Amino acid sequence: MSYIIDRRLNSKKKSTVNRQRFLRRYRKHIKRAVDQAVNSRSITDLERGEQITIPGKDLSEPFFQHGQGGVSKRVFPGNKEFVTGDEFKRPEGGGGGGSGDGQASDSGEGEDAFTFQINQEEFLEYIFSDLELPNLVKKQLKDSSEFSLRRGGFTKAGSPEKLNIVRSLRSAHARRIALSGKERRRVRELRRELEPLEALEKPDEIQLARMEEIRAEIKKLQVRIHRMPFIDDFDLKFNNYVKVPNPSSKAVMFCVMDVSGSMTQDIKNIAKRFFLLLYLFLTRSYKEIEVVFVRHHTQAKEVDEQEFFYSRETGGTIVSSALKLTSEIIEQRYNPADWNIYVAQASDGDNWEGDSPVARELIEQSILPYVQYFAYVEITRGPIQNLWMEYAKIERENEGDFAMEQITDVADIYPVFRRLFEKRNEA
Amino acid sequence: MNAVVKPISTDSEWTFDKIREYDAQIARVAKEFRLDTYPNQIEVITSEQMMDAYASVGMPLNYNHWSFGKQFVQTQQQYQRGQMGLAYEIVINSDPCIAYLMEENTMMMQALVIAHACYGHNSFFKGNYLFRTWTDASAIVDYLLFAKNYITRCEERYGIDAVEETLDSCHALMNYGVNRYKRPSPVTPEEERRRQEEREEYTQRHLNQLWNTIPKREEKTIEVEEHFPAEPQENILYFIEKNAPLLEHWQRELIRIVRKLSQYFYPQKQTQVMNEGWATFWHYNILNKLHDEGYVTDGFMMEFLHSHTSVIYQPPFDSPYFSGINPYTLGFNMFSDLRRICENPTPEDREWFPQLVDKPWLDVVHEAMHNYKDESFILQFLSPKLIRDLKLFTILDDAEEPTLKVSAIHNDEGYHQVRQDLSASYNLGNREPNIQIYNADVRGNRSLTLRHYMHNDQPLGDYTNEVLRHLRRLWGFEVRLESVRPDDTVVSVASSDI
Repeated sequence: MSYIIDRRLNSKKKSTVNRQRFLRRYRKHIKRAVDQAVNSRSITDLERGEQITIPGKDLSEPFFQHGQGGVSKRVFPGNKEFVTGDEFKRPEGGGGGGSGDGQASDSGEGEDAFTFQINQEEFLEYIFSDLELPNLVKKQLKDSSEFSLRRGGFTKAGSPEKLNIVRSLRSAHARRIALSGKERRRVRELRRELEPLEALEKPDEIQLARMEEIRAEIKKLQVRIHRMPFIDDFDLKFNNYVKVPNPSSKAVMFCVMDVSGSMTQDIKNIAKRFFLLLYLFLTRSYKEIEVVFVRHHTQAKEVDEQEFFYSRETGGTIVSSALKLTSEIIEQRYNPADWNIYVAQASDGDNWEGDSPVARELIEQSILPYVQYFAYVEITRGPIQNLWMEYAKIERENEGDFAMEQITDVADIYPVFRRLFEKRNEA
Repeated sequence: MNAVVKPISTDSEWTFDKIREYDAQIARVAKEFRLDTYPNQIEVITSEQMMDAYASVGMPLNYNHWSFGKQFVQTQQQYQRGQMGLAYEIVINSDPCIAYLMEENTMMMQALVIAHACYGHNSFFKGNYLFRTWTDASAIVDYLLFAKNYITRCEERYGIDAVEETLDSCHALMNYGVNRYKRPSPVTPEEERRRQEEREEYTQRHLNQLWNTIPKREEKTIEVEEHFPAEPQENILYFIEKNAPLLEHWQRELIRIVRKLSQYFYPQKQTQVMNEGWATFWHYNILNKLHDEGYVTDGFMMEFLHSHTSVIYQPPFDSPYFSGINPYTLGFNMFSDLRRICENPTPEDREWFPQLVDKPWLDVVHEAMHNYKDESFILQFLSPKLIRDLKLFTILDDAEEPTLKVSAIHNDEGYHQVRQDLSASYNLGNREPNIQIYNADVRGNRSLTLRHYMHNDQPLGDYTNEVLRHLRRLWGFEVRLESVRPDDTVVSVASSDI
C-alpha cells in the first residue's frame, strides 16, 4: 500500500528561519567580514552580496569525544603489502585519529573556515547597521505640508453623510432602555398582580374592579413608553476624521565637490565612493531621492554626474561660490517643507584665504536652517587649513546638524562614513 | 506468461503513472521475499526541498535552531559549487513510512530508490529489534509537530535567546540523553492495582498517629558516604531534567524534547551498516528479479548496475577518496555473503558457519536483520572470504609507542582478530566516551560530579571544558569531571568553575 504525493509545489523556504537564526547568532563575525569587504572592494560594487568566512572553531558545536592518545585500533580496507607485525611512522597531522566513518559533514572536527554567501540586501543591512540619518524624526513631524485623513473615533456633530448608523441606533436603543426603566418595572409589577386575579374562576366584584384598574394603568404606562422617541438628536453619532501629516518621503542629496587643480583623480575617486555610500544609505530611508551635483573651482556650476566626476578643470578655489549656488537651488527647487535635504561636501581643504569665513557664514545662515544634515569630508594627507578651522567652528555651534571628518585614503571611507552617521543617543 | 510481459518503461523520463507501476511490481516482489513494511508515503520533492530536509536532520519538520541553519547554509554552499551531490532519497522511520524522491532522478533511479528506501529501509525500521524497542514510528511526526509548536511558544514567551541558550546546552549533551538498557514497559492493570494498594497503606501509616508513638530503638548510625543518585546515571539529560534545582518548567520540557529526539535517532547510529546493507541488498535483488521477469529492460539494468556499483565502491585506505569503511559496501557484501554461504558453502564456510550452511537463505537474512545491530552482526557473520575480498587489516595506534603497528591482516591467524576489531569499532560505547553522573552534592554546595570511565587510556577531546560549561548552565552549580583509569584510580580532569 503506497501513497504517491507530489510535494514539489510545497513551500521551499522552510529553512529561512533557521538561516536567519544562524546569521543572527554570528552577527558579530559577519559584520566584521562585511566591514573588511567594504574596504577592499570598490564602492560601485555594493550592489551585490558578499562571501562571508567565519573561523571554523567559532562555529563548532561541542560534544564529549575521545581525544588523541591512549590505545586505539582501526580497521582499514584495501591492504596491499602489509603483513602482521609491520611497523611504520605515524603519518603527519594525526591522520589516524578519529572514527572516520559516519557523516563527515556533521562533526565539527577538522573543519577549516566556514564560508557562505549573503545576498545584497543582507549585505547592505550589515553595512548600514547601527547607522542612522540624523534629524530624520524631526523632519517627519514638523513642517509637513501634505496631510491625509484618517478615521479617528466618533463625534456628536457632523454632516449627514458621515452619520454612523450602527452607533446611532445602538445609542438610541440604550437611551430608550434607560429612560423607560421606571415605567416598565411598574408594568411588570402590575402584571404580576393581575395574573392570579385572572386565574380565578369566579372573581368577586372587588377583584373585578381591581383588575379593571390594573389594566387601565398598564395601558396608560404603555402609551407613555411608546411616546418615547425612537431616535433623538442626542443619539446621533458621526464618523470622525482627523488630519494626519504625511511624513515626507522625498529626499534630495547635494554633492558638492571642489574640482580645482589641486584635486587629483585619486581624490575625486575617494569622494565619489563617499557620495555613493551616502546615496545607498539614503535609498534605505527614502522612497524618492534626487541628487544634485554642484562642482566648483572659483565659480560653481550645477552639472550632471558624468561631468561631475570626470571633467577636468583647473584654477583656484572659492568654496563659497558652491555654497551660494546650493542655497539658491534649495530656495528655487526644494522647498524644505517637502524635501529632506542632505548636503555632502568633499574637498581637499584648499580654499582662497579670505573666502573661508564667508563660506562659514553662508552655511550657518542660508544652508543649515533648511537641511537635515551637512557632512563635510576633507580628503587630504597634508596639514589642516583655514577652511577646516572655520568649519570646526560651525561644528561646535551646530552639533548634530553638521559634521566633518578627514579621509586620508580609500580604506578610511567606510570608517569615516560610519562615524558621520553613527547612531546618537539624544540625551 | 513471462513471454507477454512488457517492460514498464523504456526511456529515462519518469511520470507518476510509471512510478505507481514500478511501486506495484516492487511491492509484489518484496512480498515474495517476505519484506514486511509500514505503508509507504512516497513524496516527490525538488533539490531545494531536499536541502531543507537535510537541514532538519532528515525530518519533515523540526523546531528552529541556528545549528540547522548552519547545516542548511553549508549544504547549499557545497551543492551550488558542485562539491557534493544530494542524496537521491531520504527515508523517515515513521508510520506511514515517508520517503522523499528527488525530481531530478531518472526513471531508473526512482525505481531503485523505491526498492531501496520504501521496501529495504522500511522493512528494516519495522523489523529490527532496536527500532522496535526504542522508537515509536507512528508517533514521531506528531511529536515533532508538538515540539516545534512548543518551542515557538517558549520563544514568544521567554525570548529567542533564552530558548536558544538552553537548546545549545541540550545539544551539547544530546549523545548523553539516551537510555541504553531499559525501557519502562506499560504498567499492567495488575501492577497499577498493586501500586495503588501500596500508596493506600503508606497514607494509612502516616495518618495513624499510633505508629508515631512507638518509641524508636536507638540505632548506631554508621557514617556511609551517601550518594545521589544512588547508582551512577548515564542518561545525563534525564538526570538534569528530573533533578536540576533551578530550571524552569519549560526548560525541563526542552530537555525532554531533545532527549526524545536523541533516543529516536539512537538505533540509527547503531545500525548504519546493517540498515544500508539491507536496503542495498534488497534493491539489488528486487530489481534483478524484475529484470528476470522482463519488467525492466537491459538498458535499465546497465544504468542500474552503474549506480549500484558506485554506491558500493570502497576506496582503499591510501586513496584520496578514502573516508572510512563504506557502510553500503560492508553491509551489502555481508548480506550477499550470507546468501552465498547458505546456497553455495565452501569447506571454509562449513567450518566457520556450521549453523548457516544449507539453511534457507531467506530465513537466515531475515533472522539477522531482526536480531542484530552493527557490532553484533559483524562479530557474528563477517566471513573470512569477505575479509579477504575487502583486504581488511588492523592498525594498532598506541600513543606510548613511537610507531604504528599492523596487528592483524586477512590471513588465517588474523581473521578472528580483524573481525573483533571491526566489530568493536562499531560499538557505540567505544566510540563515545563513557561519562556518567556519579554524585550530586545535595547536602553541600550542590556541585555535580561526573565520572569518565576511560576506554583504552583514551583521554577526552578538546571540547570537554566547553561541554562542562553547558552542563553547568543546566545544572546551575559547579560541575566537576573525574576520569577513572582502568586500574580504578580517579583523577580530576576539569571543572566548570575554574
